[in-house]
Amino acid sequence: MSNIAFVRTEMLPEQAPPASAVGLIGWVRANLFSGWFNTLITLATLYVIYAILAAILPWAFSPTVGAGSLAECREILAESGKTGHFAGACWGVITERWQQLMFGFYPNGSDGVSADLRWRPVLAFVLLAVALAPVLFADKVPSKMIWFTAAFPFLYPWLHWGGSIWGPISALLGFVIGWFVFKTAEKVSSSLIGMISGVVAALVWWLTLSGFFSNALNSILPVGIEPVQSRLFGGFMLSVLIGVIAIACSLPLGIVLALGRQSDLLIVKAICVGFIEFIRGVPLITLLFVASTLLNIFLPPGTQFDIILRVLIMVTLFAAAYMAEVIRGGLAALPKGQYEGADSLGLDYWQAQRLIIMPQALKISIPGIVSTFIGVFKDTVLVSVIGLLDPLGLSNGIRADANWNGIVWEIYGFIALMFFVFCFSMSRYSMYLERKLQTGHR
Amino acid sequence: MKKTVFLGALTVAGLAAGAAAAGTIDDVKARGKLNCGVTTGLVGFAAPDANGEWSGFDVAVCRAVAAAVLGDATAVEFVPTTGKTRFTALASGEIDMLARNTTWTFSRDVDLKFTFVGVNYYDGQGFMVPKELGVSSAKELDGSTVCIQTGTTTELNLADFFRANNISYEPVPIETNAEAQQQYLAGACDVYTTDASGLAATRATFEAPADHILLPEIVSKEPLGPLVRHGDDEWGDVVRWTLNALITAEELGVTSANIGEMSAAAGNNPEINRLLGTEGNLGEMLGLSADWAKNAIAASGNYGEVFEKNIGEATPIGLARGLNAQWTEGGLIYSPPFR
Repeated sequence: MSNIAFVRTEMLPEQAPPASAVGLIGWVRANLFSGWFNTLITLATLYVIYAILAAILPWAFSPTVGAGSLAECREILAESGKTGHFAGACWGVITERWQQLMFGFYPNGSDGVSADLRWRPVLAFVLLAVALAPVLFADKVPSKMIWFTAAFPFLYPWLHWGGSIWGPISALLGFVIGWFVFKTAEKVSSSLIGMISGVVAALVWWLTLSGFFSNALNSILPVGIEPVQSRLFGGFMLSVLIGVIAIACSLPLGIVLALGRQSDLLIVKAICVGFIEFIRGVPLITLLFVASTLLNIFLPPGTQFDIILRVLIMVTLFAAAYMAEVIRGGLAALPKGQYEGADSLGLDYWQAQRLIIMPQALKISIPGIVSTFIGVFKDTVLVSVIGLLDPLGLSNGIRADANWNGIVWEIYGFIALMFFVFCFSMSRYSMYLERKLQTGHR
Repeated sequence: MKKTVFLGALTVAGLAAGAAAAGTIDDVKARGKLNCGVTTGLVGFAAPDANGEWSGFDVAVCRAVAAAVLGDATAVEFVPTTGKTRFTALASGEIDMLARNTTWTFSRDVDLKFTFVGVNYYDGQGFMVPKELGVSSAKELDGSTVCIQTGTTTELNLADFFRANNISYEPVPIETNAEAQQQYLAGACDVYTTDASGLAATRATFEAPADHILLPEIVSKEPLGPLVRHGDDEWGDVVRWTLNALITAEELGVTSANIGEMSAAAGNNPEINRLLGTEGNLGEMLGLSADWAKNAIAASGNYGEVFEKNIGEATPIGLARGLNAQWTEGGLIYSPPFR
């Protein structure tokens, strides 16, 4: 009588889980209605979402894309039975002005004097993506493309402002000359003297000789594209231009400042600390006012110091000071052993920074760096306060058109959407980069 | 690239700073362009269209001056200025003249060292209230909430008015006109106060303009006009008499329609002849060509035409001439004679 088995000897076939625990229903039960309290919160949230959408969607879906003025919008809305203060959006303003919000007054061929030049900022923006590719996606593009990236800082402003091609080439030559002087002087004396003489040589070239050089070459071989005045810049083109240049210049400048702040050389350290603390202690808007009004008074009368250039310098300096502190945070997070390890390998200061310290410090600082970038990009709208026509400045000009006076939310909504696209993609990229580099210690 | 150009220019400019004191009129002629400061956008007074082409009541003054000096009404660089940057832009020479609905006050004239060359619009601070409030005079506004732009003379005028009438109010500070419109329509304040022209323009954008009324009290004097720097009287004269030419043209019946005919040959009216350069040498005295005033008037019409086209009763803004009628019709617009 021992063959009575109380224990099952064969496996039962797997059964599908109950319908209430899988799929959509299961997910909803597990995540939204897992208890009376959560159910209550879910219902309350759903109601809030519904209330918001019920208010916004009928407003946003409004057949006014073709309208030519606010009055026309109201007529169209009245025909479809909507009246009142928030009856519906007036999208005609975006139809008419979106190009202006993108490019400002950049020549669009309407004045009959210059051709439609808006392809230039567009091309510059596309090339920006190409130039960033070797930096952002280093493992997916040929490494030779880094040469294009190196030339891009000279190409980018040239595409915007136009003029003779010899200008950017002679600016580029300054770096080449500086490099050669550095190399030569380094051989005959120390690297410090080499560096100083390299910088001096490049400055001498830029300040005195390069102007004659580019003028001379331009008179021999005039190659160039039609110049465009800074005054015509505006809209998102201006925001992106200021943002890109400030971001690109502030990172190297910030690294130098962060290293300077940690330096043992008293003067270097004092200068860096003084600069960082001064810039961080002043609001950006103050610096912009200095750029737009005070400099005008200090400079000799009649000096034409391009307003956008002044703003670029100020925004770059501002971003660099913040960047320096972010990177200093990265440097401080590195264990002392890394520095000592570099020393024990016999690396000199720059080799140690380049091969051991910076790769790790920058990796740690990625979230901080990117959020500084995003902050700088958004801060560019402050230039509307000094009369530059960035998207927010233009919104005022658009409302000053008697046809569109009284329109607020449509324009601001469009601007917000555009900024969101730019900032969100930056933030997503930073998350991708963090995952790729595995910044966490594990 | 820009940097090198700039730094080179800066060095040269630094060396030549002493020599750069030529008259503005010569600078403008040499440049071939007039740099004219305008607002970044104010309905009826200055606004860019979809192609970036500026138009408006103040813009017309810029165009007239450009036409008088350079013979070309399109030879203007419009420099958008904000309330905060306008005076430094003018003082530093970034712009040659400012036509930006700026109130002529003692301190701006004397202390900031500008010359107001005339008045092209007599404005004043008014009040707008919803009709349902049942108020017919600003003196009945005791205890009301008032939307007001901060940091402007309107703020001070308002305080003065309420104190003088011994009534109280609660200010709701706002930054821009657009914000004010939203706040006022949302009922955040009972009263909106700013320049009467601005109130009219704002009311015109409402869904139901008839539901709102402008109160009869005007509590301040706001004479708006173009201005130039102190110390360059030749240039000041050019701008002043260009404005006067537009005003005189309306008084004498010279319009953009009949100016071609009138300036072709000397007519019966000697003042028209002097104005249009068919007689005398007024243009030469100003350092301009004989047909300067003809060009200025042809640019966008005489004063009355400019007014009607940009802010007059046929436009959405719909301002009546009121104080801004010719002196012959009971207004304050008056030009010294062309003699």
